[in-house]
Amino acid sequence: MSITSEPIAENAADTSGKRRRRKRDKTIHTGESRLAFLLLAPTLIMLTVIVGYPIIKAIYQSFLTDPGLDSSGFFNEGNSWNGLANYKHWLLQQCPGAGGVTESCPTGNLGAQFWSSVGITIGFTVVTVLLETIIGMCFALMMHRAFKGRALVRVAILIPWAIPTAVIAKLWIVIFDPQGVLNNVLGTDFAWTSESGPARAAIVIADVWKTTPFIALLILAGLQGISNEIYESAKVDGANAWQRFWRITLPLVKPALAVAVIFRSLDVLRMYDLPWILTQGANGTTTMSILVVRQLNSGLNSASALSTITFIIIFAIALGLVRLFNANIVERGTR
Amino acid sequence: MTATSVGVPVGNTADRPIRPYKQGFNWGQAGNLAAIVLIAFWCLAPFYWMLVLALRDSDYTFDNTPWPTHVTLDNFRYAFDTSINSFGRSLINSLIIGTAVTVLSMLIGVFAGYALSRLVFRGKSIVLAAILGASMFPGVAILTPIFQLFSDWGWLGTYQGLILPQISFSIPLAVYTLTSFFADMPWELEEAARVDGCTPIQAFRKVILPLAAPAMFTTAILVFLASWNEFLLSSVLSNGVKSVEPSTVAIANFTAGPHIVPYTQTMAAGVIVTIPLVIVVLVFQRRIVSGLTAGGVKG
Repeated sequence: MSITSEPIAENAADTSGKRRRRKRDKTIHTGESRLAFLLLAPTLIMLTVIVGYPIIKAIYQSFLTDPGLDSSGFFNEGNSWNGLANYKHWLLQQCPGAGGVTESCPTGNLGAQFWSSVGITIGFTVVTVLLETIIGMCFALMMHRAFKGRALVRVAILIPWAIPTAVIAKLWIVIFDPQGVLNNVLGTDFAWTSESGPARAAIVIADVWKTTPFIALLILAGLQGISNEIYESAKVDGANAWQRFWRITLPLVKPALAVAVIFRSLDVLRMYDLPWILTQGANGTTTMSILVVRQLNSGLNSASALSTITFIIIFAIALGLVRLFNANIVERGTR
Repeated sequence: MTATSVGVPVGNTADRPIRPYKQGFNWGQAGNLAAIVLIAFWCLAPFYWMLVLALRDSDYTFDNTPWPTHVTLDNFRYAFDTSINSFGRSLINSLIIGTAVTVLSMLIGVFAGYALSRLVFRGKSIVLAAILGASMFPGVAILTPIFQLFSDWGWLGTYQGLILPQISFSIPLAVYTLTSFFADMPWELEEAARVDGCTPIQAFRKVILPLAAPAMFTTAILVFLASWNEFLLSSVLSNGVKSVEPSTVAIANFTAGPHIVPYTQTMAAGVIVTIPLVIVVLVFQRRIVSGLTAGGVKG
């Protein structure tokens, strides 16, 4: 995570304040280092045990065979060296065939669903995060302009965020029922969760409903940090409302926006509960996380390979997003 | 509860209206009001619908009248009927798991938060990045090996098996939120205590800890909510053991008897799970907003 450390490092340097003075005072400094190590030790030990160790174990296991009948029909106890076979199973859809040859996985096999689940997950991420950011921005601007009732809206806006996703999924199942209120209001008769298009739309709608207010809240906090004088002087210089938005508001809320987009993207990329409860992953809604959980019952070492791949994909996208936003921030600063 | 500050201490200037004041009917004001109504509708309408359905006789599930009709409390009775499902038990389980996760991560995280926000040491940014990185791991990445370990140890469907894995996201959340809160506190008092001869540990215990109580309380609320709402780890690691599964898992598997689609009963259960959260949000909204935006704005 060396990339993410850059803005944090700056921030840490700012907040720790009198750094220069402290550096001169050597005795306090070394004392602080020792204290810091002691204070951080419990956190780092816990995270090593609960996050670090399982991930390393998963990477190791992903190179082992799963117990089961091998290609010649004998029972194989598993956990013998398997090279990249598990990875080939997922990435290249190779399944062990009869007589020891590998063949491409039949449709319906979990391995055959890998790329579609990657596509579905990334599709969900792009669509939901885009919608949430745009609508959230509108909400934040509205709330920023309005004074009466802002306290009320601020309470209302926390409610979708606070309700457990499992409950929200159940609520939307009822709303999306063919006889439910949504079809009633829209005058349609979609079988929302039993066709691939509407099922995906249902998941996007439910997620956008829950998270847009949260993003609006983050953007609103960013908006409130912008001094009004900048707008006033821009107005004096003859900038219209549109220009003020593009040239002042957007660049200045960008740091808040970037954090919201990165965190939300990571959330959607690992999304499990909403699609699992709404559709059980049926009708083209199997996300990467759902695929991993389904694989748990049919081979843990292969599941380890899948979760490692999932982890690497999410990590790469996160890194890309951080790069993207950083690059733009630098670019803006030099202009 | 004035509407002037949403957890951002700087920039009172932003609260002044941007538009000049106008005489007569104010279209801007009307537009603002419409916007407020729109946002409130967005946030509250589905929740309102859950309430209406929870109170509606299950025979009239698809009545679709927008206000409460056929009002009954039967659904709530169903939800707590132990002969049909274990929902009541699951609420207690959620409380046990949430409390344990919160206490554990606060006890561990508060020291790390202090060190990261206040002390100068080598490798601070690496530690922060590692903690933040840990929170970004997809749950499934640790789920597979943990599932295997716990099934070897017989920990599937036990409280410790549900509590410990949640530390993976709750400690980073606690440390991250506490670090940004602590960075904003009046640390001159600590300096003064240090000048007066306190050791760093004494300064922490006698000056900072009382000052930090609100920040810690807010962080604890956020951690508890995150644990209360967790689904992926709980649903897999509870392994179908009804006596330990939390309420989110119980609701996902909610049944009201054979051949009944338990819509209204599920909504009643949903309302019961949600009401405490709504109360917490109403009471502590200002703190929660500042906790949520603390990390976000400072990045």
